Amino acid sequence: MKQWIIEGIRTGIKTTKYPKKEDTSPGISPGRPVLTEASKIDPSICPTSAIRKKGKKTQIDYSRCIHCYRCKDDRGGKLSWEMSYEWAYFTKKGQGPLKSSFQSSIHILVVDTGSCGACLSEVELLNNPYYNMHRLGFFVTPSPRKADILMVVGPVTHHMELALKKAFDAMPTPKRVMAVGTCAISGGIFTPSFITASSVSEIIPVDLEVPGDPPPPLAILYGLLILSGKMKPKRQ
Amino acid sequence: MLTTLIADIKNIAKEVKQSQLSCLPLLKIDKDYLLEVCRYLFHKKHLRFGGIIAEQDDTRRLYYLFYLNKDQKALMLEIEDEVSPRPIPSISTVIHGADWIEREIEDLFGIGFRGHPRLGDFVIHNESWGKTIKPMRKEFDVKQPLYKKAGIGPDFWKPIRIVEGQGVFAMPIGPIYSGPSEAVHFMLETVGEEIIRAKTRLFYKYRAVEKLAEGRSVSDVILLAERFSGTSAFSHALGFSLAVENALGIKCPKHILLLRTLICELERLRHHIARIEGICNSTGLCVATSQAGILHEELLRISCEFSGHRYLFGLANIGGLLKDISYDSCSLLAQKCTSLQKRIKRLEGMLRFSSSFLDRLEEVGIINPEQARQLCLVGPVGRACGQDFDLRRDIPYLCYDELNFECALEVEGDGYARLRVFFKEAKESIKIIKQVVDLLNNSRLDGKIDFNIENFKEKLSKKPVGISLVEAPSGAALHWVRLDQKGNIERYRIITPAFFNWHAFHLSTEGFAFQDFPIILASFGLSVAENDR
Repeated sequence: MKQWIIEGIRTGIKTTKYPKKEDTSPGISPGRPVLTEASKIDPSICPTSAIRKKGKKTQIDYSRCIHCYRCKDDRGGKLSWEMSYEWAYFTKKGQGPLKSSFQSSIHILVVDTGSCGACLSEVELLNNPYYNMHRLGFFVTPSPRKADILMVVGPVTHHMELALKKAFDAMPTPKRVMAVGTCAISGGIFTPSFITASSVSEIIPVDLEVPGDPPPPLAILYGLLILSGKMKPKRQ
Repeated sequence: MLTTLIADIKNIAKEVKQSQLSCLPLLKIDKDYLLEVCRYLFHKKHLRFGGIIAEQDDTRRLYYLFYLNKDQKALMLEIEDEVSPRPIPSISTVIHGADWIEREIEDLFGIGFRGHPRLGDFVIHNESWGKTIKPMRKEFDVKQPLYKKAGIGPDFWKPIRIVEGQGVFAMPIGPIYSGPSEAVHFMLETVGEEIIRAKTRLFYKYRAVEKLAEGRSVSDVILLAERFSGTSAFSHALGFSLAVENALGIKCPKHILLLRTLICELERLRHHIARIEGICNSTGLCVATSQAGILHEELLRISCEFSGHRYLFGLANIGGLLKDISYDSCSLLAQKCTSLQKRIKRLEGMLRFSSSFLDRLEEVGIINPEQARQLCLVGPVGRACGQDFDLRRDIPYLCYDELNFECALEVEGDGYARLRVFFKEAKESIKIIKQVVDLLNNSRLDGKIDFNIENFKEKLSKKPVGISLVEAPSGAALHWVRLDQKGNIERYRIITPAFFNWHAFHLSTEGFAFQDFPIILASFGLSVAENDR
């Protein structure tokens, strides 16, 4: 038994300093495209129409970006990508962050409604020594009765619709819903379809969205921090 | 060997039309002789069953695939449904592994199988729709938002039979249960602690990928192939690319094959370490979970630095890769993986001597070799039950025939055997990565290839079919692609390793305590998303 204790002490501390300090380690984020003054890009290169023209301006709708990298400059596209991760934002119809009494202990119910497994893997990594969400007061619970935040991962398939609604109804107020991943927010490439909803907000009201395919653990952590009210959302 | 096989089949099936489909031998037989031929191939000749592909355009056809060897790869049987009014016989009494495949085809296409013990309520959950739907039929429109009008059916789902008796409990688990887990339902029936019956209910995550692909361009469908199972993203995207290349007759240059092999093995290594982390987590050994978790995160960061994405999305392309990869980044990858090798060996050494950990895994969740053969298990799960089948060695693709590596094989079929297979394959993957980087030393490395479907008009006029067999991290996967004259997908069929392996899962839990259930689940390390598609 003591071999494990020695191994643990020998490994030392691997946890990221985020949110006290920005994390700039390589490989923590797949990045996302940015538009600069000089970007001249043909919107048809984007398979999910995340890049679109509004009049003369070109805009990127990150809630549709599936990280196919076709617009990136090293794969034949024209845009450069930034290695950021603070991507989460509150929805317009949402209730905003939870009140301060929740800040030290938040319980999360994770519901998989059809995800490919990459988003779920990133959520599981939140409890990994590198990110360790326990130190910030976030815990995962299996029961909706004890949950404050409902984290939905994956495009909502019709077979999972009833389960999702029941879990949401079973949660006591005050509660918040967080849609993690592009598939949960806009259906990704699995819509339009006869069996997959085009967004979680069609089924239950969503308060926070974390785009990305999949969003890296730091992006989900940032989303949890602003949803719980521990941190103020940063300007984008 | 193939000629004697075909001669014997002609003796059994009388009228046999021999031809070729995408370089594989194809035998068209009458449906009345199907059962006898399958019995001969599976039981007498001990060939492995690969799956059934159903196609419906002008006619309804079924293709049955049996793996052969390095030279001939696989043998295919073709049945045409409309030739006679008699229903197609079910082969699940002969090959147990075909049971679920036939249920899937019946649910999605409406093709009946005579003699099948249980059809219906498999992929399409009856209680979620007011009436049954057959989505894979040609006339079904995939874009209609049927889910909005469907509502919830009249009844909630109930099992057909439950065990009744004194002290018998029925424990339903899922689709939402403990922590960040995938959506799947289990019905466990226990007497005291022992599970006497278990039933797995899948397809809660059915997103109809095969139907969505129809009519879309090749460049759109490769995105689907990458994203239906994120943990084996590159392997399935590679399977799709190889199938399209097979259909169009594209040959890739040597350095592309080497780069693809390198990326496949990187994915396999990461997948296996994630499964080892899952096994340690299920047994509650926290420090081992953290150690494996550190390795998992480091591999994700290594993958991100190498390719730009943590899960290797956005790399695969038809005819090559989507971006150029420099030799320096390949050799850096090899160096980093070699430094991880010591830590993986150390973790394995420590786990081997943790008796409390081994108690939870040894002789728990057993599948014996005969059950494994009947159910056609593949991948690490199959290799832990004595199924000595690895596509990389037996039907090599890419550069695997030039590389020197060992395939894991255990016979106990318990949780510990599966853990040993995961560790062995992870270490072999590092060996392969080093060999590939040494071979790359001598060649150019521009990976980026521009693929334009317009250049293949002549091939497309014949509506070609491409078939590829790849060893995804969880086992042998089959991708079948038929292209139409415009270069769009007419039929995309994926037979995933998870589909065969999930079939066996319930058997491994019966006879063990329900407290062992999450550990057996973690030791299989199966992806629900890969099964459900």
